[in-house]
This record gives sequence, C-alpha cells and structure tokens, in this order.
Amino acid sequence: MPVITYRDALNQALREEMHNDDRVFLMGEEVGLYNGAYKVSKGLLEEFGEMRVVDTPITELGFAGVGVGAAMVGLRPVIEFMTWNFALLALDQVVNAAAKMLYMSGGQYPMPIVFRGPNGAALQLSAQHSQAWESWLAHIPGLKVVSPGTPYDAKGLLKSAIRDGNPVVFLEGEMLYNTKGEVPEEPYLIPLGKADLKREGNDCSIITSGKMVLVAMSAADQLAKEGIHVDVVDLRTIRPMDTEAIFASVRRTNRAVVLEEGWEVCGIGAQVVDYIQRDCFDDLDAPVIRVHQADVPMPYAKAIEKAAKPDVPKTIAAVKKVMYLEA
Amino acid sequence: MATKVFMEALSPTMEEGRLVKWNKNEGDAIKQGDVLAEVETDKAVMELVARGEGVLRARLVAEGAAVPVGTLVGVIGAKDEDISALVAGASAAAAAAAPPVTAAAASAPQSNAGTSGSASTAAAPLPVAASGSGTHGSAPSAAPASAAAARTIASPLARRLAGDRGVELSGVTGSGPGGRIVKRDIEAIAAAGSSARAAAPVRKTIEGDFEDVPLTMIRKTIAKRLAESIGPIPTFYLTAEFDLSRAAEMRTAAAELGDEFKVSFNDIILKATATALAQHPEVNAHWLGDHIRYHNRVHLGMAVATDDGLIVPVIFDANEKGLGAISRESKELAKKARERKLKPEDYTGSTFSVSNLGMMQIEQFTAIINPPEVGILAIGAIEDKAVVAPDGGFEVRKRLRVTMSCDHRAVDGAVGAKFLQTLRRLIENPLLLVH
Repeated sequence: MPVITYRDALNQALREEMHNDDRVFLMGEEVGLYNGAYKVSKGLLEEFGEMRVVDTPITELGFAGVGVGAAMVGLRPVIEFMTWNFALLALDQVVNAAAKMLYMSGGQYPMPIVFRGPNGAALQLSAQHSQAWESWLAHIPGLKVVSPGTPYDAKGLLKSAIRDGNPVVFLEGEMLYNTKGEVPEEPYLIPLGKADLKREGNDCSIITSGKMVLVAMSAADQLAKEGIHVDVVDLRTIRPMDTEAIFASVRRTNRAVVLEEGWEVCGIGAQVVDYIQRDCFDDLDAPVIRVHQADVPMPYAKAIEKAAKPDVPKTIAAVKKVMYLEA
Repeated sequence: MATKVFMEALSPTMEEGRLVKWNKNEGDAIKQGDVLAEVETDKAVMELVARGEGVLRARLVAEGAAVPVGTLVGVIGAKDEDISALVAGASAAAAAAAPPVTAAAASAPQSNAGTSGSASTAAAPLPVAASGSGTHGSAPSAAPASAAAARTIASPLARRLAGDRGVELSGVTGSGPGGRIVKRDIEAIAAAGSSARAAAPVRKTIEGDFEDVPLTMIRKTIAKRLAESIGPIPTFYLTAEFDLSRAAEMRTAAAELGDEFKVSFNDIILKATATALAQHPEVNAHWLGDHIRYHNRVHLGMAVATDDGLIVPVIFDANEKGLGAISRESKELAKKARERKLKPEDYTGSTFSVSNLGMMQIEQFTAIINPPEVGILAIGAIEDKAVVAPDGGFEVRKRLRVTMSCDHRAVDGAVGAKFLQTLRRLIENPLLLVH
C-alpha cells in the first residue's frame, strides 16, 4: 500500500470528489495559483480551471458567505480557511447561516458545504494563531465536526464530508500535513460519526482525536514498555460523537483519560467525560482525567509553549494516575 | 509513611464499635495482620488487625470507649516519623467520641459543613487542599478522611465487583487515593484470599456452585400475585410428622460404641436436611428478585438462641460432611454464638436454614424465612405418641413434627412436599445417611 502524506491524502480526496461531481468546487485564499498555503490544493487549478478552484481576497466572512450562497443554489463548495484562527470573522456565516439554513428555511435550502483548514497550534505562532476551535464549533447544532489524525482517515473522511448533505467543519493540522501513512489506491470512504480503535489494550482508554491521536499513540508505545496497555479511541468525528465506541472501550478498561488539544473549560473532553459518567458509572474504577492545553493564551516562548501544550509525558502521567500507579 | 488505624465496620450492620482492649502498646513493633485490639461490634467481639507495618505510635481511643466506624483510633508509623498532625487532628474527634457516643456525635462541631454526606462523622476537620492548583478533574488525592469515616469509599466498579463476588466492602482496605477501594483491592481479595482480612478465610466462588435461572412468565406471575396477597414474602407452611424410632435406635447404638460417636437428634435432623437439600436444589435456593439462584452446595444455617437474641451460624457444605463432623461443628458454632465470638463469615452465606425449639417442648411452630433463602424448617419436640401400627393395633413410637415455611414465589406446595418426602425417608431410615 502506498505511503503518502496527510497533505497528499487530502489532495487526493479533493481531486477524486471534483472528478466525481462537477458541482464540487474549492474556494479560499491562495488555493489556486499558489497551490494552497500548505499545498493541499496542489495541481487542482491546472486540472480543474478557475471556475472550480477560486482564489479569493483576504475576506474570510465574504468568501464563506459566497460558499453558503452557492450551496443554497445547488453547488457543493469546499471552503478553505488558511487556518481556523483566521476563520473567526467568518463564524457568522458558519454558525448563523450554514448551520441554520436548512432548519430556518423549513427544509427549502440544503447546505452541502465543507469548511476546512488547519486547526490548533503549530510551533511558536503565538497566542492568536495557535488556537483549537473544536469545542466552539461542536457546540453548534447543525454542524458536523470532523478531526482526522492520520492520512488514511483524512482522505476517507474528507470524501464523506464533501458528499454529506450538511455543513461539515473539517479540522486539519499544520503539524499533521507532513505526517505519513498508508493510503490505499482504490477509492474508499470513512463514514462520519464512527470512531476507530487505533490501538487495543485493557488497562486504560485514551479517548482523543485529530493531532492528539499521534500523542496518544506515542504515549501508548512508551506505556507498553512498562507493561501498561491502553486503548486509543480515535473519535475521528467530534460531532456526532461515536459514544458507543467510547462506552465499549471504557467498559473493558474501567479507566479513561481524555486527551484534547484545546483548553479545559467547556472543552470536548468535558463532553466525553459527561457521556462516560452517565453511561459507564458502574464501570469506572477511577475518576476520568483530562489532558488538555494549559488554561492560558498560547505562549510564544518555545519552552513555555511546550509546557502549555498537552503532550506525551502529561498523557502518560494521566494514565498512571487513573490506574492508581502514581499519586 | 504512617498508616492510620480506623475503627472498621467488622460486621455488615456495625455503625460503632467499643474498643474492649488494646493488645498492643504504644511503641510495639507491628506487622501487617497483627491484632491491634479487640472490638465489640453489634454482634460479637472481633479483632481489629493492622493494615500497615511499623511501630504503634499512638493509641487514640481509650479502652472501653465506643466510637463510630471510621474514627481514627491509632497510628502506625516509623519510629521517628512526625505524626503530630495526624494525632492533633484526631484528638478532638477522639475526645468528642468518648461515651456517650450519641451525645458526642450530636455535639461535634459542624466543621465540615462543605462536605455534605459526612455530617454524621465526628472527625475533626482536615486541612483543605489548596484549590485551583491546576490539576483538573484529577482523582481527589486529598479526600478528607472525615468522609471515609462516614461511608466506605469505593469506586463504582469496585462496588459492583464486590457485590458480584460477595466481598464485604466494609472490611476491605482501599489502596486508592484517600483509601478508596478500587478494582485491584476486590480482585486481590476475591482471588488470592484476603490480605485485608487476614484472619478471615474467604470462600471462593467456584464455577458450578450454583445455577442462575431466569424467571419464567408463570413464575413471575405467581411471584407477583402471591406477594400482593401476603407480602413481601408470600409464605405457606407444610407440616409433617416423622417417625424417629429408627433414628433413636441408631443413636443409642452409636452411643454404645463410645462417646465420640454420640450424636443428638438435632445432628441427625441437620444431616438429613442437608442430604435432602442436595437432592432438592429447588428449595436450596435464593430468591433474587429477577431470578432464582439454585445452589449446588448446601450451606445450612442453624438458628441459635443467645442471650442477645437469635443468630444463624452456617455449616458450610453440610451435605458433604458426616454426622460426626456436623455434630462437632454445630456444637462449636452454638458455643461461639453464645460467647458472641462468631465472625461475619460464620453467619453469612446460608442457602437454607433450620430452627429447632424441640428442646423447649414446643410441639410445632412456624419459622420465619431468612431471605433471600426460600425455605426454613421448624423442628418441634420429639414425643412418645400412640400411633396405629401396620397390624391395626396401637404402639408407642417417637414422633417429630416439622414445619417447613416456603417462599411461594420460588417454591410451590408440591415442590416443598416432595422435599419433605425425601426428608421423611431419610429420617425414618437413617441408615441412608451413612450410605
């Protein structure tokens, strides 16, 4: 099976879906002539032309709104935000227009649109450009939120997101684009709303998604050397969330650590913990522990930024804590 | 690190304990499992054993004082360890908890107003952990010990496992933060025998001990209708009169062989009941609400009257034991019961019970079922009676009346009657008991 980057997996997904359906088009800053700020759209302008790969001014609210309008009249736009940190101004279109259009038009206007781009922190981009927005977006009824952590998942999920009839928020990662993984040549889809058990072990469940899947897998490797074997439950889709997969894992391991990129307060992990305590109360041997970013704007200084981010040592410590191995 | 010694719940219903006697002095070296003190519970005098090693640094409760379960009664620590904080925290509680206990509990300062659910404890407030320290949602490692005093802290999973495996949580020492009982504590006890309760042999549940049978619809309807009529246990009674002539002959013959072969009529009845139960699992059962548990082992409860009241110690695997063994064991259990030396494991786990008032010249009576058992046998007095002989004449024979109380939800009349038929056959032909 070919080993390709996350970036190329997304590129393949876009190319395949644009071939499959001529209503699909890509719009955003630098997606065309420049081949995308992160080269996700490399070669697409050449292949599909200016009508389907549209460079925009630096106007997130504007081109998000054009996308919403296009979806209302039957197209299937893919709107690229250079990063989700730049998308804050566009949230009115995402939250107030896209997420509510079908509902408020009494079903008259469909909204098959994908908003995609890198989410969360990279390295030393400081407070305004290092934010993980999944809990903001997953809060909104009417949106689906997808957060793949591997090239295989990125391709299969983006294809499903483009085919979905609802607005889908697709969260990528600047630090993920260069990661590699096996991706089959033959076409495939991964359904939205289905988690994936990335690794199996009976001692503890690590529940996570997106970029943090890599952190969880690395923590799992190190823990295994100490004889501790963990489940890594990759949610893949944050909304709708695959609660059954969470419950199945926790019922087997009796302990859970929820690992997320964003801040603690009202984070995705809080929601996961709530699901667990409601449905797995009698299966728990320990309170669920969350690992997340420190409750501060992301520091710029390298050492402090590192200290603020959720990482492998913090995840390992959390696993040991729920296993009562460390104080 | 110092080990706190708490007043433990040494019986399932114990709420406070009186420290009868300290067996160790301050300064004595302590090993895990050492008996630190004798404690009088609501049922018996029990041993309080050490959960840690070191030196008994402090005895915080005076002999004769009664304190609520969970009260800190002592500290085990290293010889030179600073335990002043522990002792200082406990002294107020110990003083407050001196008899009369009820008054002490009532007058305890409401210092733990923030920890609802621990209101009944008289323990002194512990330093509150600094909040907002940045470890969010983490296990509450600084759980106040006063909460432990009010209730047994166990993870939800540990509670479920303890229920499933018949482990008494109150006797388990938790290894989690703040003494929380966690999965591994239950597994350690259920699997490897108890370290937490060193003196208590744990009966392991092995596969095949019993069979759980879901209720059939007809059984459900019977249970519901009859409980509506007489509740909560719809009991009916079956009385039969047995001929004890052969049992009397056997008893006499055995006694002539020597004192070691002497058995009582009660021993013979217990043995016969156990043997009959082994053949009738349908009455050797527990009613468990949504299913009936038919036991393949016979653990026979025998009601014993003591000065303090009735208690029902258990002869485990009674059907596997010979008449002599049953005789010895029943004497021993009765003696322990009267001396209040029974341990909880001696009086829990019976699958069927027998109550005998024959020695008090009661001809016949009905006994109350000991739930979740589904039957109990009431043994009356053995009397010489004139009965019709096979040839039509009269003869004087030893007769015994037994009455079986049956839980109709689980046992129908004919089922109970069949059991009594078997019991009659065994008691009237006691040679079958040595078969």
